[in-house]
Amino acid sequence: MIVLDNVHKSFGSNHVLRGFSTRIEKGEIVCIIGPSGSGKSTVLRCINGLEAYDDGSIRIGETRVDRDSKSIVDVRKRVSMVFQRFNLFPHRTALENITEGPIYVKGEPRDRAEERGRKLLARVGLAEKETAHPPQLSGGQQQRVAIARALAMEPEAILFDEPTSALDPELVGEVLAVMKSLAEEGMTMVIVTHEIAFAREVADRAIFMDQGVIVEEGPAREMLSAPKQPRTQDFLRRVTHPI
Amino acid sequence: MQRFLTDAAEYLPILMQGVGLTILVTIGSLILSTVLGLVWALMRVSGIKVLDWTAKIFVNFIRGVPIIVQLFYIYFVLPDMGIALSAMQSAIIGLGIAYSAYQSENFRAGIQAIDHGQIEAAQSIGMGWWMIMRRVILPQAIRIVLPPYGNIMIMMLKDSSQASTITVAELAMQGKLIASATFKNTSVFTMVAILYLCMSLPLMYLVSRLEKHYATGRR
Repeated sequence: MIVLDNVHKSFGSNHVLRGFSTRIEKGEIVCIIGPSGSGKSTVLRCINGLEAYDDGSIRIGETRVDRDSKSIVDVRKRVSMVFQRFNLFPHRTALENITEGPIYVKGEPRDRAEERGRKLLARVGLAEKETAHPPQLSGGQQQRVAIARALAMEPEAILFDEPTSALDPELVGEVLAVMKSLAEEGMTMVIVTHEIAFAREVADRAIFMDQGVIVEEGPAREMLSAPKQPRTQDFLRRVTHPI
Repeated sequence: MQRFLTDAAEYLPILMQGVGLTILVTIGSLILSTVLGLVWALMRVSGIKVLDWTAKIFVNFIRGVPIIVQLFYIYFVLPDMGIALSAMQSAIIGLGIAYSAYQSENFRAGIQAIDHGQIEAAQSIGMGWWMIMRRVILPQAIRIVLPPYGNIMIMMLKDSSQASTITVAELAMQGKLIASATFKNTSVFTMVAILYLCMSLPLMYLVSRLEKHYATGRR
């Protein structure tokens, strides 16, 4: 359902993506790993048009992703994003964060949006935090609200941009647990992460990127346990055994 | 002191008429400068080069010309071009435009202080530019913008006295008229100063309250 074909992207003289191609099927869970600066996040940001790409094509179903076209709104309704730094709206309550999109973008009646919002809060284990503002929540709680906000748009896929990298270590588990439950329900997910163990367990496919290209990809369990490429082996060794 | 009090009792009613006009000029130009300032600020952050530059040039142009010259221009020059405005209208429009430049810089700073992640999050749920401004950016920018906004209010109150140069009979002008007719300079200008203080001190108090509120009151 998401097809990237030979995507190129430069920031000034920095060629970040150098011909990135892959296709993500409905219900598939893909983890993208790789060193920082390898272009992982840029891939996600190009998919929902937060970043324009220079060459190649990205399609969501039949729609071509074009940041400057009106169709980008439709793309973003279909593909939600969860950010490393949560990016919740600090001036709104947890519930309002979730209902903002449905009410103001999709035009859903308020009472129905709120009812769905409460269910989503319960689903991420925060039913009692309905009226809390983001600064009153822990990082893990904020990220769970952010996931609920993404879900509230009833997307066909969710992009996760290092969703646990900004969290204290003891809060990582609660976010991964929510993501795992989504995976079990068949949500299409593209996850940029450094949580190799999680990727191995939950993802269908893993992609290792370096310097803007795919170095190696394959079934997650296999590839993350026994990578074939020396660069992948080296990276995984560094991540899993830092000392 | 005795004489001051009898003078005060005598001239206060006339000076109060001036106070009324001062308040009118201040409020009128405050509203105009706020609306215009917001327009300039939104043009500056629109990401559209033509709008950005237009606003930038206009704002610098306004900032580079003294308020008093702008007032003269509107009141004395525009009639030559067939646009005749009353002194009051000229004062409100002149001060409103002059102060819109400062308002816009303040608003722009407030808007740009909001974390870019907020815009991305709003985009990612499908919001367009206007909705992002209205629902996400401006509500958060208000807390940043309000304290300086209070200071601009006080400056406008005082600068409304410049309207006297184009014959608006506001407080400073009334004071000058009475003083030159009666030679009671001390009594009259003391009263004028006190009346300005009576208007600006409560504003200052309000501003300092706002600053405290927004410094500690992040919910």
